[in-house]
Amino acid sequence: MSHISPTIWQFLVKWMTNFALYPPEASKIAPQMDALYFFMVLVSLIGLTIVILLVTSFSLLYNKKRHPVAVQIEGSTLLEATWTIIPLGLFLVMFVWGALIYFRVFTPPANAMNIYVVGKQWMWKVEHPGGQHEINALHIPTGQPIQLTLISQDVFHSFSIPAFRVKREAIPGRYTTVWFEATTPGTYHLFCTQYCGTEHSHMTGDIVVLTPEDFKKWLASSTSGASLAQNGERLFASLSCAACHNTRPDARGPSLASVYGSKLPLSSGGTVLADDAYLREAILNPSQHITQGYAPIMPTYQGQVSEEGVIALVEYIKNLDSDYRVQQTTNTTELLPESEGKAPAGQKPAVPKGAGQGMVKQ
Amino acid sequence: MSDSPAIAHGAADSAVHEHPPYQRHHFATMAQQNDATNFAMWLFLLTEIMFFGGLFTAYLIYRNWYYPAFVAGSHQLSIPLGGLNTLLLITSSFTMAMGVWCAETRRKSGLVLCLTLTFILGLGFLGIKTIEYSEKIEKHHVPGFHYSLQSFLDPASDPAAKAAGDKPMALDMARHTEVYFSLYFAMTGMHALHMIIGIGILGFMIFRARAGAYTTGHVTFVENFGLYWHFVDIIWIFLFPLLYLISRHQ
Amino acid sequence: MSDTIVVLPDQRTARIPKTNYLTKENGLLSWLLTGDHKRIAILYLISITCFFFVGGALAGLIRLELLTPQSDLMATDTYNKVFTMHGVVMIFLFLVPSVPATLGNFFIPMMIGAKDLALPKVNLLSWYLYMVGGILVLYTMVSGGVDTGWTFTTPLSTHYVNTNVLSTGLAVFVAGFSSIFTGLNFIVTIHKMRAPGMTWFRMPLFVWAHYAASILMVLGTPVLAIAIVLVALERTIGIGVFDPTKGGDPLLFQHLFWFYSHPAVYIMILPGMGVISETISTFSRKRVFGYTAVAFSSVAIAVFGFFVWAHHMFIMGISNYSVLIFSLLTMLVAVPSAIKIFNWTFTLYKGSITFETPMLYTFGFMGLFTIGGLTGVFLGTSGTDIHLTETYFIVAHFHFVMVGGMLMAFLAGIHFWWPKMTGRMYPEKISQLAAVVTFIGFNLTFFPQFILGTLGMPRRYASYPPEFQILNVFSTAGATILGVGYLLPVLYLTWSLKYGAIAGNNPWQATGLEWQTQSPPLTENFVELPIMDHEAYDYDWLERQKEKEVASVG
Repeated sequence: MSHISPTIWQFLVKWMTNFALYPPEASKIAPQMDALYFFMVLVSLIGLTIVILLVTSFSLLYNKKRHPVAVQIEGSTLLEATWTIIPLGLFLVMFVWGALIYFRVFTPPANAMNIYVVGKQWMWKVEHPGGQHEINALHIPTGQPIQLTLISQDVFHSFSIPAFRVKREAIPGRYTTVWFEATTPGTYHLFCTQYCGTEHSHMTGDIVVLTPEDFKKWLASSTSGASLAQNGERLFASLSCAACHNTRPDARGPSLASVYGSKLPLSSGGTVLADDAYLREAILNPSQHITQGYAPIMPTYQGQVSEEGVIALVEYIKNLDSDYRVQQTTNTTELLPESEGKAPAGQKPAVPKGAGQGMVKQ
Repeated sequence: MSDSPAIAHGAADSAVHEHPPYQRHHFATMAQQNDATNFAMWLFLLTEIMFFGGLFTAYLIYRNWYYPAFVAGSHQLSIPLGGLNTLLLITSSFTMAMGVWCAETRRKSGLVLCLTLTFILGLGFLGIKTIEYSEKIEKHHVPGFHYSLQSFLDPASDPAAKAAGDKPMALDMARHTEVYFSLYFAMTGMHALHMIIGIGILGFMIFRARAGAYTTGHVTFVENFGLYWHFVDIIWIFLFPLLYLISRHQ
Repeated sequence: MSDTIVVLPDQRTARIPKTNYLTKENGLLSWLLTGDHKRIAILYLISITCFFFVGGALAGLIRLELLTPQSDLMATDTYNKVFTMHGVVMIFLFLVPSVPATLGNFFIPMMIGAKDLALPKVNLLSWYLYMVGGILVLYTMVSGGVDTGWTFTTPLSTHYVNTNVLSTGLAVFVAGFSSIFTGLNFIVTIHKMRAPGMTWFRMPLFVWAHYAASILMVLGTPVLAIAIVLVALERTIGIGVFDPTKGGDPLLFQHLFWFYSHPAVYIMILPGMGVISETISTFSRKRVFGYTAVAFSSVAIAVFGFFVWAHHMFIMGISNYSVLIFSLLTMLVAVPSAIKIFNWTFTLYKGSITFETPMLYTFGFMGLFTIGGLTGVFLGTSGTDIHLTETYFIVAHFHFVMVGGMLMAFLAGIHFWWPKMTGRMYPEKISQLAAVVTFIGFNLTFFPQFILGTLGMPRRYASYPPEFQILNVFSTAGATILGVGYLLPVLYLTWSLKYGAIAGNNPWQATGLEWQTQSPPLTENFVELPIMDHEAYDYDWLERQKEKEVASVG
């Protein structure tokens, strides 16, 4: 062995002991996707073996020494039909199976906890509903469906968690979503997989999966004092949104309580589902989304509110159906379904640091 | 279209015939040569359709999204100027077709006249286009160059918008007029580029035709150029209604 | 019984024919102003080989950088420029023109019995356009490079980088027109220039494959051209068609770009498939199994190929239902490739097979293309695409199809037609060695990347987590071997120009019309225009011809 370089030797040993063919399965969807993946690997291996076997055996049987004169054959409709239909059938099975998984990955369940992610060159900014901010990291609990709402404030990025088998592009100008449910606590890779400029390969981070108890502790220890919705409320006030969007009978704008998730009639005819994407559009491009019965007087906030600000506003409007004041005083861990909603003693909402938070500095 | 006319006129008899001087060495017959070059021209026009197709797709999508902005944007265009340009182009297509006919019937002076008329009409089109463009520059309607929203936010200050009876637009929709003008300049600009190339070739052809080319029985070049000119014309026939006319009275 | 089909003339008396397309005229100008499709093919061959090695050197730099997890050989922005230039050079200056512009240019007219392509001047023009594009790319490299990736994703390319996007865009635009004119020329030639008796179903499958690829070139490339024009306008004067802050939609650029760039992979692979049909028939002395099926599968790939572009955008937020449709269509486009593979395999059945270099490359193609094609199904399946896209799995799949498939086919074709193009044989033993070295090096380079991709390693990363290192080391080691495999042919093929054995008209005893004339051919290809009175790949006809010759001489 002396002539093998020790460095290479170390590598080989390291590799042989840590050899992996696929990343850890740390989400509910991962085993399902791996099942399809290995089915396809199996089919591919069989297909490849058939081709190799045929080529090798024909080469052995019909090489020039053994078989000096070729027999001319036109073709065979039956054989050709066979190798048209069998691959087609297998491909269709994969198509259906894959489509089922695809729809599962991109159709979040109703009880999913929503976390916002903003991509920018070259970092991921995560906004938890409880107001916790993270950069290039995402802490989540096991056993809870998590929906990510992604947006980019500059170029295309892509939020990829190989251990969960999910990936979604963050696109400038529109929300995209993806959901997953982590199963195994641990720390996993987060990559940006869409090429986004110079520091693309450094736009990575950690996905930290915690048990629900640990997650609760983490939430409590990293709270910024105000929940995302509270930030939104401040922004709502400082932008004077309430001047029109109030519950007075002569209000110039529709009241926003309970608006989230409802079907709104539009003045241009038709209805629209008020989801995150709609709320964002209605803030930035209001004249295209006038609710029936109201004049098109709302100004656009494009250029005045940052993507984080829009997220805070959206989160605020989303929560307007519940008794918001009560929520303000309770701890944000309440957002977890299994939480008892008990606030740690002495936890007070922090003094607003400045109503301009979330606004674009001009 | 008949495939491979060489089957009919085999190699054997082509050796017997005297070749006309303009027959290229690799064609068996003149018919094959004309057929091939014509077919090539049609294929080239097909690629041109795909080229403009990308722009038309973009137009369709954004028109659907930003309909009010497209309406207000089209009010800024002058129908008399656009209509005059349409007239010029259609006339130039007629003179071009006459030119091809003159070449086929070997009328040298007629050919030169027709080509010159086409040349002048083409220049006229570009001249009017220049007037239209300079109007846009004055009003700061060129996207990316200090683009101004004034005509859309305050239509009373703008005669064209006032005449069309525009109401003041919301800022967010007014901003999308920039997309309209982006497409306006991209589409008419690409069209004008094709016109400029065409006019350049026309100049060259007039020069050659005066020296007696194209009226010796070999008219493929004139014919194929005619196809190109008509194609550029047809693109305008689509651009004019899309950008100037439709949705004007909303 | 010998184990080769090569029949060479008596080397003591054989001479290269005095008049041929190479010797007809002399001087640099006679080459630069030529209208002869064969000379233009040679011009292309020289230029694309140069660009291949430029792109190859860049690939070498990429592999060297990835030897270690840190970005230590070069800074990340340098790395980004290197992989961008690698992509641009290899795709637009090598893969797209590789087989069509060299072998297609040289042999399509000869195979259908024409004296030249229909439009010789346009053919020369497309070489000049190609060179202008190439020089612009070289200018870009010298003046600081570009780092958008070869996909020019907006808004990155329009607003967020300050490198030479414009000169690269112009290069791709100009090279695109070169490709349009080549495709147009082929279509016209195939329609209008066929010799008497050369019906559509007597054409060699090489011609069918080029016909299909030409349709894609002619219809797809203009859409790329307009997308690039819009990017350039957006970058220079700031129009807002793709700019989300002005109301434009960056996804529209993705649609327009992939509307060309997906068919473009079929532009690249179809001509390679054409080469394989020729070699596999010649070296097994048999008509291609199911000629019609293979011919129509080329056309089917061209037609379906236009309707699958959005499978590059499955995770980009297009609607779930359009994902469904594009995934289904992707499955359909995979079937014709499977048909081809099996038809080629059964061409061997009851043949009389020999294993000269082109055949070794052909076997390499079949194995690697099968892997490349099947892994394509992993990516076309919407569910697994979520996990595998944008990782090294994509890189591996693409290189299996393009390098394992297309480049193997290109080398098979170059060796196969070398005697016809130059009049001399290449040295057999060393070229067989090169084929084997290439195959081994290729697998070592790219197979580990499938595993890397499955493990989640993203592509276009200058640095990566350390646990991926060992597989990257394998890959880099393989790339070294691969480099040797590609250098060898350049050396021995150059050597053979002077010292190779005189090949004679038809060393392989092949049936194509191109083999029935002298090598190297005359400028006008044939002494008298051939009349096609038999099917393609009719080896009995060839036997009868030989008997006739013997009878007339005797």
